[in-house]
Amino acid sequence: MTTAISINSLTKKYGMKTVVDNISFSIKEGELFGLLGVNGAGKTTLIKMLSGLTKPTTGDATLLGKSVTQSPEQVRQVIAVSPQETAIASNLTVRENLELMAGIQGFNKEEGKRKADEMIAQFSLQPYENQRGKTLSGGWQRKLSIAIALISEPRILFLDEPTLGLDILGRRELWAQIEKLKEKTTIILTTHYLEEAEALSDRICIMKNGQMKALGSAKELIETSNKTSFEDAFVYFVTEGDVQ
Amino acid sequence: MRILLFANRTTKEIVRDPMAILFGLGFPIVLLLLLSAINKSIPVDLFNITELTPGIAVFGLSFMALFAAQVVSKDRESSFLTRLFTTPMTSKDFIIGYSLPLLLMSVVQGIICYIVAIILGLSISTSMFMAIALLVPPAFIFVSLGLICGTLLSEKAATGLSGALLTNLAAWLSGIWFDLDLVGGLFKNIAYVLPFVHAVDMGKAAMSGQYSDIFPHLWWVLGYAVVLTVLAIVLFKKKMKAD
Repeated sequence: MTTAISINSLTKKYGMKTVVDNISFSIKEGELFGLLGVNGAGKTTLIKMLSGLTKPTTGDATLLGKSVTQSPEQVRQVIAVSPQETAIASNLTVRENLELMAGIQGFNKEEGKRKADEMIAQFSLQPYENQRGKTLSGGWQRKLSIAIALISEPRILFLDEPTLGLDILGRRELWAQIEKLKEKTTIILTTHYLEEAEALSDRICIMKNGQMKALGSAKELIETSNKTSFEDAFVYFVTEGDVQ
Repeated sequence: MRILLFANRTTKEIVRDPMAILFGLGFPIVLLLLLSAINKSIPVDLFNITELTPGIAVFGLSFMALFAAQVVSKDRESSFLTRLFTTPMTSKDFIIGYSLPLLLMSVVQGIICYIVAIILGLSISTSMFMAIALLVPPAFIFVSLGLICGTLLSEKAATGLSGALLTNLAAWLSGIWFDLDLVGGLFKNIAYVLPFVHAVDMGKAAMSGQYSDIFPHLWWVLGYAVVLTVLAIVLFKKKMKAD
């Protein structure tokens, strides 16, 4: 399996404060990679650097061979981001949101319409396709948000808290959708729901104070920490564990 | 292509908000009707339809700042802009995509304002077209102010500043409601340092057919328009990098 993302000594400082501290690891193509940590761990800043939204203070990362510091425009051609907030155009309909993003990503009108049809079918959005974004329930807004991110057929997808605020059924449904994406997309998932990370991720990175505290599959992290559950393992790493 | 797509989206986002139509279009027309009715009962030169219409048309533009601030700040707060920043869209696509629909709406709003004024008794003349064309430079001022507020402030603060403060500034310091000479002194001096009264005065000059009187007001308005447009572009670009 080839490397999709290679992170090399990535550091971000705001003034004297180091938010991401010398992080290095790589993610394979097709992998679903979980990024965990308590609030302020540096997950969002790391994602912002990888998606070209923020420049690293030092270090670099390559996404499918393209450097985030040297060629951020090329990086933007292969990635998509589904932010923590639903990030949809609230007064546009579901279909208009999808077609807008398809057009922005460079598809012509016919292709955009076809891509929107595909996303509407894939996420079962048919009953709502002519409904405005702001009138959808939280769950459907989240689905639309992910559908918008996927319309460009990104090779790397960043999902920031994709199930935040959803009930258990909504979360399970979205998990099933995310599982399906694994086949052809590399996914970087941040979440506060540990069971979500455990259920979906091939590997998990646990961050604390901008540093990587642990890296491995959920099973490996449980074993390394000598705990019986993933939740206990997570607590171990963010309270006393060291880099493994 | 991306510019037009985004401009189309901006238009839909604004016109699908009923409050936007109510305030942006309805309020200036109501003021025109109301002040014309007052003028019929108690004639005042200032409220004569030829004098009044250029002022109301400029006042109506202040709502464009509100719309610009609202749409940009909402896009920021909902992270819609963050999502778009990770696409191939450039700062040029964003700035033109936000501004173009509002500039066009400004002209449409001005035309509607003058049509209502014609119904109320304003004589049709070629000067009217000049007065409408002269709404474009102040439209840049208001749209840029809205973009700046939307870029820097939260939705609540941005709409508050553009909606309440700016519309009041434009109303009180533009000489629409009262002759600034009646107050005079520092108030009048401050008003003439700001662009609003100049925008109204050049509209009035155009309507009277005294085109030479458009100057120096046009220079003031153009100066503000250029500075604020450049400032809006610089701040938005900075925000793009900071995010």
